[in-house]
Amino acid sequence: MIVASQVWTQVFWTSVIAGGLLAGVPLMFTALGEAISERAGVLNIGLEGMMLVGAYAGFLGAYYGHSMWVGYAGGIAAGVLASCFMVVLCVWLGLDQIVVGIAITLAGEGITSVLYQSQFSSTQPRLGRITTDPIPLLDRIPVLGKTLNGEFPLFSQPLIVYLGLGLAVVLAWLFRSSNIGLNLRAAGEKPEALDAAGVSVVATRSYAVLATGALAGLGGAYLAIAGTGGFQDFVTQGQGYMAIVIAMLARGRPLGVVVFSLMFGIALSLSGLLQIAGINLSPEVVHMLPFAGIIAALMLFARRAYLPPALALPYVRGAR
Amino acid sequence: MNARNETEAPLVDLVGITKSFPGVLANDSVDLTLRRGEVHCLLGENGAGKSTLIGILSGLIRPDAGTILIEGAETRISSPRAALELGIGTVHQHSALIPALSVLENLMLGDNRKLRLDEAGARGRLAELAGQLGVDVDPDTTAADLSLGHQQQVEIVKALWRGSRVLILDEPTSMLTPQGVAELTKVLGRLKEQGQAVIFITHKLHEALSLADEISILRRGRVAGTIEREALQWRSQEELRAEIVRIMFGDEARAVADLAELQEELDRVEGKARGVAADADIVLELQHASAPEGTELGIEDVSLHLRQGEILGVAGVDGNGQRALAELIGGQRAATAGRVLLYGAPVTQISASGRQKLGLRYATDDRLGEGLVGRLSVGLNLFLKRVGERPFWRHGRIQRAVVDGRAAELVREFDVRTPSVTTRAATLSGGNIQKVLLARELSFGPKVVVFHKPTYGLDVKTTASVRDLIRKLADDGGAALVISTDLDELLEICDRIAVLSRGRLVGVVPNGPGAAEEVGEVMVGGAASAEAA
Amino acid sequence: MSTETATRETALAAPRPGRTRTARAGRTLDALIRSIVPVALALAAGALLLLALGRHPIKFYGDIWANGIENGSWQDSAVRMAPFLLIAAGLTVIFRANIWNLGYNGQFLLGAALVSGYGPRLVDDVPLALAMVVLFLLAGAVGALWTVIPAVLKARYGTNEIITTLMMSFIGIDLASILIKGPFHDSTTPLPQTAVLSKMLPNIPGTRIHVGLLVAFGAILVVHYMLTRTSWGLRLQIMGANPRAARHFGIDLTRLIIVAFLVSGFMVGLAAAADILGLQGYIRTGWNPAYGDTIIPFVFLARLNALAVVPFIAFFSVVSTGGDLAAANANLSTNFLLVLVGLILLFMTVIEYLGRRRELGASYLTPGLRQALRGPLVRRRQS
Repeated sequence: MIVASQVWTQVFWTSVIAGGLLAGVPLMFTALGEAISERAGVLNIGLEGMMLVGAYAGFLGAYYGHSMWVGYAGGIAAGVLASCFMVVLCVWLGLDQIVVGIAITLAGEGITSVLYQSQFSSTQPRLGRITTDPIPLLDRIPVLGKTLNGEFPLFSQPLIVYLGLGLAVVLAWLFRSSNIGLNLRAAGEKPEALDAAGVSVVATRSYAVLATGALAGLGGAYLAIAGTGGFQDFVTQGQGYMAIVIAMLARGRPLGVVVFSLMFGIALSLSGLLQIAGINLSPEVVHMLPFAGIIAALMLFARRAYLPPALALPYVRGAR
Repeated sequence: MNARNETEAPLVDLVGITKSFPGVLANDSVDLTLRRGEVHCLLGENGAGKSTLIGILSGLIRPDAGTILIEGAETRISSPRAALELGIGTVHQHSALIPALSVLENLMLGDNRKLRLDEAGARGRLAELAGQLGVDVDPDTTAADLSLGHQQQVEIVKALWRGSRVLILDEPTSMLTPQGVAELTKVLGRLKEQGQAVIFITHKLHEALSLADEISILRRGRVAGTIEREALQWRSQEELRAEIVRIMFGDEARAVADLAELQEELDRVEGKARGVAADADIVLELQHASAPEGTELGIEDVSLHLRQGEILGVAGVDGNGQRALAELIGGQRAATAGRVLLYGAPVTQISASGRQKLGLRYATDDRLGEGLVGRLSVGLNLFLKRVGERPFWRHGRIQRAVVDGRAAELVREFDVRTPSVTTRAATLSGGNIQKVLLARELSFGPKVVVFHKPTYGLDVKTTASVRDLIRKLADDGGAALVISTDLDELLEICDRIAVLSRGRLVGVVPNGPGAAEEVGEVMVGGAASAEAA
Repeated sequence: MSTETATRETALAAPRPGRTRTARAGRTLDALIRSIVPVALALAAGALLLLALGRHPIKFYGDIWANGIENGSWQDSAVRMAPFLLIAAGLTVIFRANIWNLGYNGQFLLGAALVSGYGPRLVDDVPLALAMVVLFLLAGAVGALWTVIPAVLKARYGTNEIITTLMMSFIGIDLASILIKGPFHDSTTPLPQTAVLSKMLPNIPGTRIHVGLLVAFGAILVVHYMLTRTSWGLRLQIMGANPRAARHFGIDLTRLIIVAFLVSGFMVGLAAAADILGLQGYIRTGWNPAYGDTIIPFVFLARLNALAVVPFIAFFSVVSTGGDLAAANANLSTNFLLVLVGLILLFMTVIEYLGRRRELGASYLTPGLRQALRGPLVRRRQS
């Protein structure tokens, strides 16, 4: 590959970080959600659908509510609503998580497209730019802080991004040293032991799935509000599935999720950046890089990805 | 210990507990009384209703009828949490510890009073309880790395964690070495001193007699009889045994082909060695064989031989490499070192189905998990190790008539109770499932058969007929390797008994008078030397 | 429960005539109810949704009927069936093994790209029949090839195939796009598309339906025979039901997993060939019909039975042919069909649950209702 001299400029690196964050934050929220439910033993294949309804509701909220916060709230609400199906069908009734997940994704793709087309097909409105909250002093650091070309470098992000990073830290603490983390882990490792310890497996898993839905919805909303600035059919383009992979590669550890999400975000945003840098690489080649990277990683470290033993298995008290 | 106050209400009183599952009346108006500082033994065969009763007490199962009185007050135990809050702690037969978590994490699980885990407090509580019980547990070990005996100690600590008054131990000795049983006995003594009521479930008579203050015998969901404290103290052992056997098996005992044999088994009388010529051909030999661990321990450098007409037992505590040994011989697990010889020819490189054809068979202990495919018919299950072979398949196409016809013959020959050969295998009872498995392994020219826990969980009658089948195989010129954790069983049917400990063969004992003690010594010695190493 | 039941059956007691027939009839009826009820419920829920959107459900469903069946449009529906059936055959094979090949979109598009890329030259240069056979095999081979990495990872290391097939699918979609823009680009047009085929698959005489449909039916029959009559099918079923048992029985799991994947990918590749050679004629970038997404529910509804999937695919072909026009008439996104399909899946799982509750694999109706329903159809058992 020819490396043009522009690659090494400050503008380029600012864009790499900003672009990576912009594309990585939806992945981060969603993958944090998946990390929670995987820990609790629920494989959420419906993540793509939950992200999509979150994106649509986030767009609606931001459009009619004239506030990105209304949008985020809408995204969370829609994600929770979609995950209610999973709670009832998979956690309460013990139905096949993969089949229900596929159904949620299909229905999510269909319903958002139908609603968007019937409301906005002629107008296709765009959302306005969102506000950022530069961190005083730090925002003066070159590359990490200074806004160039209207991008959001690390220290000039919308508040929700900082909240998301904070959430990852909180989750890491919860997983390590709180009873919630212990209960979640037990629900994924050996649900009957959790039950015998007097904690409801169904409740633990239900809350985990609802939290996943909320985070996937929020991820979708951020994608629509900050990322694409509007909604389109299938706007998530498989990011829900990517989030599942990220959660698996990070072995469910929140800080690992943050790192992997950022890496994927950079890869996703790289095609545009390379064009800025004067390297003409087809967008498809760049787009498939993260996926090829995952396959390569899986081929090299096939045994590394860890999944809880009770993942995707329904829990029925008394059944062995 | 004898300062029992007769006027005080009993700690737990079960009155008329009834529970039915589709097709089974698991508990039929069971009455049971528990007092402080007493070990109450529940004795009964598999399926007598012990597990259901425990499930009810520990909040996992809700009874259809009956009342539970705790200190005289009527109580409902609606969930495991409720049971714990009432002070009822349970140690289940299958480990309830989470292997991936540390001992401390396992103990803290379920304590949701504060968001932050109270690690310092938990360490203190563990030290306190460990001191009371006289056990030594490292709080930071991962549960998976503990020996079974230590796991059980952790489980007892866990059951007592939130201040229990009633401790339920479900078949606690089934996984323990003689040494482990001795330690458990000590722990039980300490618990009694502290005024705990203990329910001790077992199907072994001698354990009940040596540990219990009172014995209740369950049979077909009913309390068939009770041996009171006074009787246990004053009547002779022989008398008690005879009475318990009568209560346990009732009229059925007469139906069992050989009651004397049953008595023998229950009394742990050593079996008599059958004559095997010392110069009989060696049919199976392992030479310094090693196999990797799977979910359980692997084996290392195991050498043994088996002669024609011989029944060789493999004793040892569960999880000491039994599965690896069986799967290595069966061809399911590749050897990392050493050789397996069948009639002097190496078969190490031959696949499981190849060995099956040569007459080397493996009757697995995990009958439902890997022994058969529940949703396929009984008939097909009888041929699942011959898929694609003539005459049952021709040019890859199944010959239904041949399969069904031959299956019907096997069903008759092995007395499998099934409505038809097209019935789905999963609907059969445990005993009949084992018969299907044995029919498959003992047909079409069996020569050397590995039996893994062949009678585990079976009723008396089926147990007797399975042992007859093993003897018949040996008498007809075959040979059997019987892996079992039930030493009594090995003493009854084997010619020699090898002991497996920590994946190594630590000794071989010829069966005969005194064999039981000798095997016990080898087991303990083997464990001790392995720990020292 | 490990409770030992005292069974009262005697060893092969006197055969009870009529019992198996009754049982079989009952099973068929149950299977029928379990298959049709979810579809009916989904259509009903879809109607409510249409009402909520201010559309007229009866007119919408009427439009589907009019444009999917009437006036010879059934032939258009039949044409759509060809790729659908082939994908269904491929998914049936792999799902029987309880393996999730969710990478069908990538497998399909890569096959389609290669057929569209080499097809135009090949149909001009060699006899049509030979060209078609070669193109079908080429597409099948590419589809199969695209499953190799997930298959080997699954067989050797047990790597979750849902992840690997999806990743390979995304890569395949991008790769197809690169091929269409690059080596396979039709130089006579600036649009990113391949040259249009000069000759397509011939039609079945007297119809507008191309012979690809016959290929599809052939594939369905072969798969059905393989799965139900052969030792390979039985091994696959054993592995799907209980992989540990399969290992115990000495079945070579590694080989079986890989072969099942290859067969599945091959069928999906054939579907691409049938679609391009019989209907589309060329391919452009961004075209991703994602047929498999909507086929999955019907494969489940047919209980992984290759023959039983045919009526469902016929139904869906009509819905999708008529639905395109019906959606346009109602000014709705055609993705409304995805909602219907998702609803069918959800209702199917619920009905399955009710069925499992009644009895393992028996019936989900209450006994009284079941008797009432069966009464007129089957004679009561005499006991």
